Amino acid sequence: MSYTYENYDVVVVGAGHAGCEAALASARMSLDTLMFTVSVDSIALMPCNPNVGGSSKGHLVREIDALGGEMGKNIDKTFIQSKMLNKSKGPAVHSLRAQADKQDYSRTMRNVIESTEHLTVKQAEVCEILVEDGKVKGVKTYSGAIYPCKAVVLATGTYLNARCIYGDVSNYTGPNGLSAANHLTDSLKSIGIEMQRFKTGTPARIDKRSIDFSKMEEQKGDEEIVPFSFTNTPEELERPQVSCWLTYTNETTHQIIRDNLDRSPLYSGNIEGTGPRYCPSIEDKVVRFADKDRHQVFIEPEGNYTNEMYIGGMSSSLPEDVQYKMYRSVPGLENAKIVRNAYAIEYDCIKPNQLKSTLEFKKIEGLFSGGQFNGSSGYEEAAAQGLIAGINAGLKVLGKTPIILDRSESYIGVLIDDLVTKENKEPYRMMTSRSEYRLLLRQDNADLRLSKIGHQVGLISDERYEGVVEKERLIQEEIARLEQTTIGASKEVQEMLESNGSTPLKTGTNLAELIRRPELSYESIASIDKDRKELARDVIQQVNINIKYEGYIKRQLKQVEQFKKLESKLIPEDIDYDDVHSLRLEAKQKLSLVKPHSVGQASRIAGVSPADLSVLLVYLSAHHVKK
Amino acid sequence: MKTDTIAAISTGMTNAGISIVRISGDEAFNIIDKIYSSPKGDKKLSEVPSHTVHYGYILDGDRTIDEVMVLVLRGPNTYTREDVIEIDCHGGVVVTKKILETVVKYGARVAEPGEFTKRAFVNGRIDLSQAEAVIDVINAKNEYALSSSLSQLKGNVLGKIKEIRDSIIHNVAFIEAALDDPEHIEIGNFSEELLMNVNSNLTVLDKLLESADNGRLLREGIKTVILGKPNAGKSSLMNVLLGEDRAIVTDIAGTTRDTLEETVSIHGITLNIVDTAGIRDTADVIEKIGVKKARENAMNADLIIYVVDGSRDFDENDYEIMELIKERKCVVLLNKSDLNMKITIEQLEELTHKTVIKISAKEGTGIEEFETCIKELFYEGKLNFNDEIYITNVRHKAAIAEAKESLLQVKNSILDGMSEDFFSIDLMSAYNTLGYIIGEMVDDDLVNTIFKEFCMGK
Repeated sequence: MSYTYENYDVVVVGAGHAGCEAALASARMSLDTLMFTVSVDSIALMPCNPNVGGSSKGHLVREIDALGGEMGKNIDKTFIQSKMLNKSKGPAVHSLRAQADKQDYSRTMRNVIESTEHLTVKQAEVCEILVEDGKVKGVKTYSGAIYPCKAVVLATGTYLNARCIYGDVSNYTGPNGLSAANHLTDSLKSIGIEMQRFKTGTPARIDKRSIDFSKMEEQKGDEEIVPFSFTNTPEELERPQVSCWLTYTNETTHQIIRDNLDRSPLYSGNIEGTGPRYCPSIEDKVVRFADKDRHQVFIEPEGNYTNEMYIGGMSSSLPEDVQYKMYRSVPGLENAKIVRNAYAIEYDCIKPNQLKSTLEFKKIEGLFSGGQFNGSSGYEEAAAQGLIAGINAGLKVLGKTPIILDRSESYIGVLIDDLVTKENKEPYRMMTSRSEYRLLLRQDNADLRLSKIGHQVGLISDERYEGVVEKERLIQEEIARLEQTTIGASKEVQEMLESNGSTPLKTGTNLAELIRRPELSYESIASIDKDRKELARDVIQQVNINIKYEGYIKRQLKQVEQFKKLESKLIPEDIDYDDVHSLRLEAKQKLSLVKPHSVGQASRIAGVSPADLSVLLVYLSAHHVKK
Repeated sequence: MKTDTIAAISTGMTNAGISIVRISGDEAFNIIDKIYSSPKGDKKLSEVPSHTVHYGYILDGDRTIDEVMVLVLRGPNTYTREDVIEIDCHGGVVVTKKILETVVKYGARVAEPGEFTKRAFVNGRIDLSQAEAVIDVINAKNEYALSSSLSQLKGNVLGKIKEIRDSIIHNVAFIEAALDDPEHIEIGNFSEELLMNVNSNLTVLDKLLESADNGRLLREGIKTVILGKPNAGKSSLMNVLLGEDRAIVTDIAGTTRDTLEETVSIHGITLNIVDTAGIRDTADVIEKIGVKKARENAMNADLIIYVVDGSRDFDENDYEIMELIKERKCVVLLNKSDLNMKITIEQLEELTHKTVIKISAKEGTGIEEFETCIKELFYEGKLNFNDEIYITNVRHKAAIAEAKESLLQVKNSILDGMSEDFFSIDLMSAYNTLGYIIGEMVDDDLVNTIFKEFCMGK
């Protein structure tokens, strides 16, 4: 028996990293929001690695924070180790990563959710999306309750028809044995959504007391902490940190794996889903990189109040007995006691090219989606999409223009553009190399890039936004001052240069020129810069980067200018590509499928040639003239 | 950085009296100021009134390229509604091309096929009814340019560009893998190794640029195939055409042989003759393959020369060739006029409906008549010569020069002690620019290479 229950503005299906951001964004935009989860205890669960951030993912978290999302704040509250990766490289690839206390992360997020106004949490399995005339009307739960609403965000993660597998054991459950959502897929198919099946995996968790750490290398956190959230200062976040540990597989490990490959469901064909290449199981690594005699294994704590250690680098779906042998062949793990077995998980997700760049389904108005459901992988990628889906669902209800971040302003833009434009044959993971303009999209300037948008949609307070505007002003002012301050070859200057191992001046120059020298910086020339006023650390950092890398930054800005030209040529939603006679058939098909919102996006579709773009541009101008 | 000012040769690439190079876009006047000099050297064309004509010289630095007339047309009262410069030069393929190259060197880019018309349309110059026509032109030309661009690249040029690209993508993949997963992949002292690689790639690009200057990057000629049954006299004809008294155009070392081609100049017209004779003169078993190969060559040829052995009756081979040359540009040579002839000119004309010329390759008679025939075909426009090739060459040269700039930038970054992440940006732009030459679209090459070659992840 079905019956109608309360009305909501926005319903979010799922309470993982995407669901939480979506629900919080919508509720913070003062919209009545209902968030469904199959288990209230699993809000913001981290079922795989116990960390947040890392290369390019750290960028995503900073951007989420700049837009007014929660992930950065939450990990700042709950990290137990913090590290800036690639510190010896350029500022564009500095990447922040923090080990999380998983339970604390989940509990803290739950606390935020439960204390947010306009946000209701409900434990139930949504099994039907109600659609009328191509518009979303509500959702229906397994128990028959109908919740009418104006917009829905799907963020079901890896739970749809989920199946966990190791060896010949397979359970129809979501991660960590949580119940799967087995009904929604059929409803989605019936409203015309195309599904596909992906797979991912996780390593075993091992009891800390059974590990001999003396055989491993210790990996400590940074002494100097960089917060994820722009609202926090390093001082506020100081706390005791725990260590991770590094060990290696060896020839014995690899032999055990090779001897048992026939028992692996990945090789026996028992798994049909497509797995990610960047996160291969240990059996994959051994097969594909047969010449490597060892692979790194990172032992990471899952939290302060558990003995479980995550065995990074050794995800697997081999049978339990093989897992024991395999893990115990690794130095330090000889007596390992496995708390949870490694497993692979298969799940239903959508082909994301059914989405607009706003993350709304092209065919169904008011239906949005984010996270692993969209074919991505990773907590950060999920949260980023969840945030955008939540914001746009909110804007939809409010009757406002949706936001689309482009590739030149954020990693989130790159992520979403790749998802909705390209053919994704495996779970999509962010990488810095996917971003064409990464010198501009640094983790250190996410606030300067995105706060304006966060403020516009109402997720960043006036006060916080004014702070960013003031920061920008101070940066520009200081750069101008340094460029205008000339200095001569005085004794004091030459001495400063000499003490920094820099060549002496022959003629006068300005302070910015000195900062540009590789061996000098804003800080190191302090002694000769008499008029310097005291500036905040983050302002100084921006001044330094902008001056030192000016040449590169300018070149990227030029590229962005070119990029924007095509990006600003919009394609009307009602365009019929069959009307554009001269387009090649392949281009017609691809364009009709993806329905790009701009000529720029069209140019990134595989199978659309430069000639097709010319044809399209001429057609669009003609169309414009006609109107 | 390239502006969006475009340039093209807007007359056909024959040796006509006058050729026109046209420039359109914001930078048109800036560019002409840099390369034009009036006889007294006191005139700046950006300052003269619109729609005026000026006599003077086109210079590349100190070097004078040609004596020209320049039309200065200020937008919006122009074809494209942009600022337009037209350079009327003395014709001649080499000079016209040189002027186009100079214009490109000083900031324009080579126009895409149909781009002037496209701009005219987009800027509202042409009315709506012409839109479809413009689109068709763009399409036809583009398809032609795409197919010709790759097929015209000499085999070894293609190979070299592919090699450079492969080495670039491998290096970037390594850098990116290490940046993405610094705890798994140690980058070590990669700068030194990369510098060596960049230097060697730069050397190759320099050589390619040099060969582009000699006009040897592409096959610039009329692709010609000689067909005829065994012993019809194909080799003798080749020998006559390549004889001592002929202007033999030699190729850069080692390139002629791998394409089995000879380049011959007849009255200033360049013919690239594909030597099918070599294939024919092998054992009988391979005869079938020979015919197949000849057929393939004939399909792609701009011109076919069919050599008939007049001293023997027609056989199956002849009939097969006659089938092949239907609907094709072809000159028929009735060879062995020095022997007893069993076939007459009239017979041949009836069978082939082509121009037939009686020759003796052995004694060298009739060759002059044949050459005159080729010349007439060409100048009457019956022999369609592919002017797109010249344009493609300029475009390729510009792309190679751009790739070189990118690699120089990488070199500077390495020498400046920048970190590896800065290198990949310029390495990738070199990779993409070179991909443009060989017609490869950028896809997920990098990400795929990273995953293929490096073991990533948790």
